[in-house]
Amino acid sequence: MGASAPGAAFELKGRMATLSVLRVLNADTNAVLVQLDARLAQAPGFFDGMPLVIAPGQSVALDTPALVALVSGLKARGLTPVAVADLSSEQAAEAGLGLLRNLDAPSPKAASARPTSDSPSAYQPTRVVTTPVRSGQQIYARGGDLVITAAVSAGAEVMADGHIHIYGSLRGRALAGVQGDVNARIFCRSLHAELVAVAGHYRLSEQMDAELIDGPVMIALQGDDLQLSAV
Amino acid sequence: MARIVVVTSGKGGVGKTTTSAAFAAGLARAGHRTAVVDFDVGLRNLDLIMGCERRVVYDFVNVINGEANLNQALIRDKRTQGLSILPASQTRDKDALTFEGVQAVLEGLAEDHDYIVCDSPAGIERGAHLAMYFADDALVVTNPEVSSVRDSDRVLGLLSSKTRRAEQGEDPVQEHLIITRYVPERVGKGEMLSVEDVGEILSIDLLGVIPESSAVLNASNSGVPVILEEQTDAGQAYDDVVARYLGQQREHRFITEKKGLFGRLFKG
Repeated sequence: MGASAPGAAFELKGRMATLSVLRVLNADTNAVLVQLDARLAQAPGFFDGMPLVIAPGQSVALDTPALVALVSGLKARGLTPVAVADLSSEQAAEAGLGLLRNLDAPSPKAASARPTSDSPSAYQPTRVVTTPVRSGQQIYARGGDLVITAAVSAGAEVMADGHIHIYGSLRGRALAGVQGDVNARIFCRSLHAELVAVAGHYRLSEQMDAELIDGPVMIALQGDDLQLSAV
Repeated sequence: MARIVVVTSGKGGVGKTTTSAAFAAGLARAGHRTAVVDFDVGLRNLDLIMGCERRVVYDFVNVINGEANLNQALIRDKRTQGLSILPASQTRDKDALTFEGVQAVLEGLAEDHDYIVCDSPAGIERGAHLAMYFADDALVVTNPEVSSVRDSDRVLGLLSSKTRRAEQGEDPVQEHLIITRYVPERVGKGEMLSVEDVGEILSIDLLGVIPESSAVLNASNSGVPVILEEQTDAGQAYDDVVARYLGQQREHRFITEKKGLFGRLFKG
C-alpha cells in the first residue's frame, strides 16, 4: 500500500503539522494590523514567512472585504496566510485561501459540515497497528478508522477521525471521531481505559460502570450522552 | 562484533545496577569477554557494587574528552576473568556524554569484548537515551508495582522508536523482562502485582524473576556481584537469567509461595 507506480510524478500524503492561528477578535482590520505591528516589532524576523490560519473569534463577524484587507495586510508584513477556518468556502475562495474545517473540533455542526459523498476520494484506508501502544505514545488515524491488535497501555493515547477497534486491553485513552464525527464508535475487548471520548464527549474511568470493567465494551454517542455497553 | 546490552527501567531504585553487575559477571564467568559501562554520570554506583571503587583513576567522561584512553580507564575485575568495568564520572553530569563520544567508546570496547553491558541511569533523558541508543538487547528491570511497570512500559516505547536500530529500520532491539524484588507471599495477599499481571501489561519475553532477598543488600555492601554468591536465592536467580539469555532452557523459580511446615511435610 502506498507504493507508487514506477515513474509516478507525485505522491499525496497526509501529514500532521503545527500552524499558527490568527484569531481575529476585532472585526476592524486596521485595529488588528496596528496591534500586530506592535507584536512584530518585539521580535523582528521571527514571524517572517510564518504560515497562518485566520479564524474569527467567537461572535466576531468577519465579512469578506475585511478578510481580503486583512490578507493583503498580512502579506505586506511578510506573513503567509494559507487558510481560513470557521468561515464559508465562498469567503475562503474570495480571499484566495484554503478552508480548514473544525479547527476546534468537536462541534455539533461538524457532522453536517462534512463533505458530501460526491468526491470519489472519500475512502481512507483503515490504519492497523499490531504492536503494543506504550505509555507516552500517541497514535492518530487521520481521516479514517484505527484497528489495534495489541494492548494500549496506561498513559498511551489512540485517536481516530472514525471508529477505533482495540483487540488487546485498553488501559490508556481512546478518542474516536476527533474531527467531530458523532457516529464514530470505540470497540474494545477488555475495558480498563483511563478515558474514552467520542466527538469530544468524554468519560473518565471513575465514571464508568464497574460491571463493564475488564469486559468487551462498545462506546457510542446517543445525542449528547456517551453510552458504554457490553458487546 | 560485540553485542550491546542495555539494562534500563525508567524508574530509579528498581535494581538496574545490581542487575548490570550480576549479568556482566555472569557473562564473564561463562567465558565471554564482557565490559560493563556505568552511564549514570554524576551518581556513580556501579564501582561500589563491583567492589572496585578504590581503583578508579580515569572514567567514562575522561575517555570521551580524550583525557585518557580506554585501556587506562577500564578496570579489570579481580574475581572474574574477562570482566572489565568502565566507571562513570562522579564530578560531572549527563551533559558530559556526547553522542559521538559514546559511539566511539562503544566501538572501542567492541574491538576486544563479546558483550558490552550498559548500566542506564533512571529517567528518560540524555543519559538514559544514550545508554539505550546503540543497544542490540535490552534488559528491562521492573518491580512488581504499578508505577515501575508504567515507567518500564514508557521505556519499551522508547526502545522501539528512539534507538539506532529503530531509526535505521533494522531488526528491533530484543526486549527482555526481569522482575526484581518479587515476594510471592505478598502477591498471594494481593499486595503486589503477580508475574502474570506484569507480563500481561508489558507483553514481552520474561527472562527471569529475582526474589526480594537480603543477599542483594549484603552483596552490595561487600562489593560483590550477587551472582557470585552461589548459595543465595538471588544469586541463583541471576544465574538462571544469564543462562536463559545465552540460550539455555531453565524453569522459572522463586515465583511461588514457600511452603510452610505443613506444606513441606505433605509435599510427598
